[in-house]
Amino acid sequence: MPRKTTKKLIDKNGIRADGRKPEELRPTKIEAGVIRNADGSAYIEQGKNKILAGVYGPKEVHPKHLTLLDRALLRCRYHMAPFSVEERKSPAPSRREQELSKVITWAIEPSIFLEQFPRTSIDVFIEVLQANGGTRCAGITAASVALADAGIPMRDLVTACAAGKVEGHLVLDLMDVEDKMGEADLPLALMPNLNAITLLQMDGGLTTDEFERVINLALTGCKQIHTLQKEALKARYIAVKKAVEKQ
Amino acid sequence: MTRLPTFYENKQLVTPGDLLAEGNYVAGENAYNEDDKIYSTQLGLVDYEERKVHVVALRALYIPYIEDTVIGKVVDVGFSGWMLDINAPYLAMLRASDVLDRPFKPQKNDLSSIFNIGDLIIAKVVAYDRTRDPLLTVGEPSLGKITRGQIVEVTPTKIPRLIGRQGSMISMLKRETGCHITLGQNGLVLVSGKTLEDERLAIMAIHKIDQEAHTSGLTDRITKMILKEKGGVKHAQKDD
Amino acid sequence: MTQIIIPYITQKQIAESISNGKRLDGRGLTDYREIQVEAGIIESAEGSARVRLGKTEVLVGIKIEVGEPFSDIPNEGVLTVNAELVPLASPTFETGPPGQEAIELARVVDRGIRESKAIAVEKLCAIPGKKVFIIFIDIYVLNHDGNLIDASALAALAALLNTKMFKYQVKDGEIEMKPGYTQLPIRNHPIAVTLAKINEKLIVDPELGEEQVMDTRLTMAIENDGKICAMQKGGSGYFTTQQILEATRIAQEKSIELRKLMVKG
Repeated sequence: MPRKTTKKLIDKNGIRADGRKPEELRPTKIEAGVIRNADGSAYIEQGKNKILAGVYGPKEVHPKHLTLLDRALLRCRYHMAPFSVEERKSPAPSRREQELSKVITWAIEPSIFLEQFPRTSIDVFIEVLQANGGTRCAGITAASVALADAGIPMRDLVTACAAGKVEGHLVLDLMDVEDKMGEADLPLALMPNLNAITLLQMDGGLTTDEFERVINLALTGCKQIHTLQKEALKARYIAVKKAVEKQ
Repeated sequence: MTRLPTFYENKQLVTPGDLLAEGNYVAGENAYNEDDKIYSTQLGLVDYEERKVHVVALRALYIPYIEDTVIGKVVDVGFSGWMLDINAPYLAMLRASDVLDRPFKPQKNDLSSIFNIGDLIIAKVVAYDRTRDPLLTVGEPSLGKITRGQIVEVTPTKIPRLIGRQGSMISMLKRETGCHITLGQNGLVLVSGKTLEDERLAIMAIHKIDQEAHTSGLTDRITKMILKEKGGVKHAQKDD
Repeated sequence: MTQIIIPYITQKQIAESISNGKRLDGRGLTDYREIQVEAGIIESAEGSARVRLGKTEVLVGIKIEVGEPFSDIPNEGVLTVNAELVPLASPTFETGPPGQEAIELARVVDRGIRESKAIAVEKLCAIPGKKVFIIFIDIYVLNHDGNLIDASALAALAALLNTKMFKYQVKDGEIEMKPGYTQLPIRNHPIAVTLAKINEKLIVDPELGEEQVMDTRLTMAIENDGKICAMQKGGSGYFTTQQILEATRIAQEKSIELRKLMVKG
């Protein structure tokens, strides 16, 4: 049963309900190679978000009639565990999960050299174990790391972050209560080295000027998360090297 | 001549999308060129040659090449041949005609008596282009059905490290564990020893090489580890 | 569900090895793989636990909702178990509603908890006949390397022991939340032990390859005092009476070992 909250989202000093400043990202940690069976995998914690991503492929397409003759078929599935939210969510895919699955697939597609694997499928599974706002962005971030972990050739990683407006302030990385009660939420995904935006959605109302500033805010968030993605991929190899050098 | 800008040191770790070089460079393996900029497509170690940049991938798929020796598992038996899982994005095909040329006449339409689902085969890739599935052959003396041993999976890009400079690593492994070791370019390794313990030791060493392939002094470390493990076992046997 | 094909020579080795009293990974016939239990890792759940059994990994989340009781037991809370074999856990798991494997898993875990009366459901009644608490046990398999039943049952029990319910009072026929939490009332710790039969030998905790090769399997849920409260034979092979009794003896022994891993609270 949800508890009601009537606290202000941003206090008079500009500090948010969880203690952050408006342009501050939630504490984020990313780990690659966490699911043994998957060809590639990653886990992300962002504030209270806990999300797993697993990749299978490229492999033969099932069902066969979906096969594309000139490239790989990318299928991303976004799914939430029943216990990931305050009120238990039925395991059956909701309309929201179906929409997000589609949007996430579009966000990631441009980054993969799909033409190198015609007649195959690449399946990406995003499982949200605990949710607190911004899960589609965190999911994309983890999925991209999982794809690199699988050794699938990519033009760039894809990094995602949301920004928006809450009680008049422009803020970065909205958590759930800010998304629900704020004025605008704008999730964005980016291929950082190519500076190409692959996902852009918005809920709420922003003036043109605010819109530009919010996008730039989201881009700075992406930059920070991108660094964490790279570190996550390199981490195992750096750790092994350090351990070996100690001997 | 001005030195063209590169952005990493040789053998540094890079990730997909990292800008490796700018200017008149050629993109080698696991790198691509866009507007005269060379980017990495993989997580790996960047390698700069004269004018070429390539990346040695740490995590990669197996893409079949002609002449590759691979270890595959039969997953389907048809009328004209077998389909094998060779750890690649595509299943590979072994034609009945490849095997039936030899002096051996099986029952008509009963190919499962030659190779059945679940059989492991050492084969060679004879044809592969992106328009059709890879084609295999077992028509050479060292190829054919595997009858004993255990299979280990490593990242395909680590196979050269398992071989070592002039075969130094693999000969050491064979010598110290007493096992017969066959390497598939597709990342599958067959280990066949006199005892399960010998095989387990070799498998342990192979896993370690897979994890530490990007470090130096590996051959010595692996040799030390094997001798230590063997010493431990000998000690236990002495106390009996 | 796509099939896992274990190489034929591996199948032979598994069987041969077991006939000689040892398993391919060096374990004895009645040894479990290394087990790690971590409770309380999902804050959005009222209780949670993750179990790693060898490479098998299962996460269980407990959610508590208010609902109507069953008409034939109007003064008891409701227990419901659901299992998701999410596709990222195995190349053989597909998207879609729970198939036979997921349903059997959920029902076997359910049986162990229900028949041992582990949860004091009579204490989960707020307004008799009208409002009771529904305990949702959601099993989420994260990596499948064999013996999902034991891993899931262990995770479910650990999650239940970790579960906190909000305090409440009943006012004018409505449930009102009060500050503070209580532990879910648990009075038994059922442990599931699964044995597989390979070449007439019984092995405990089959890993994936052994599961593909086994003739059949038997799961038993054992209560605190050693009583057997639930059983499930799975697969199409058969057991002799002797083997079943032997399996029971092993299961009771093993359940004591596994129960020690349970952390309260």
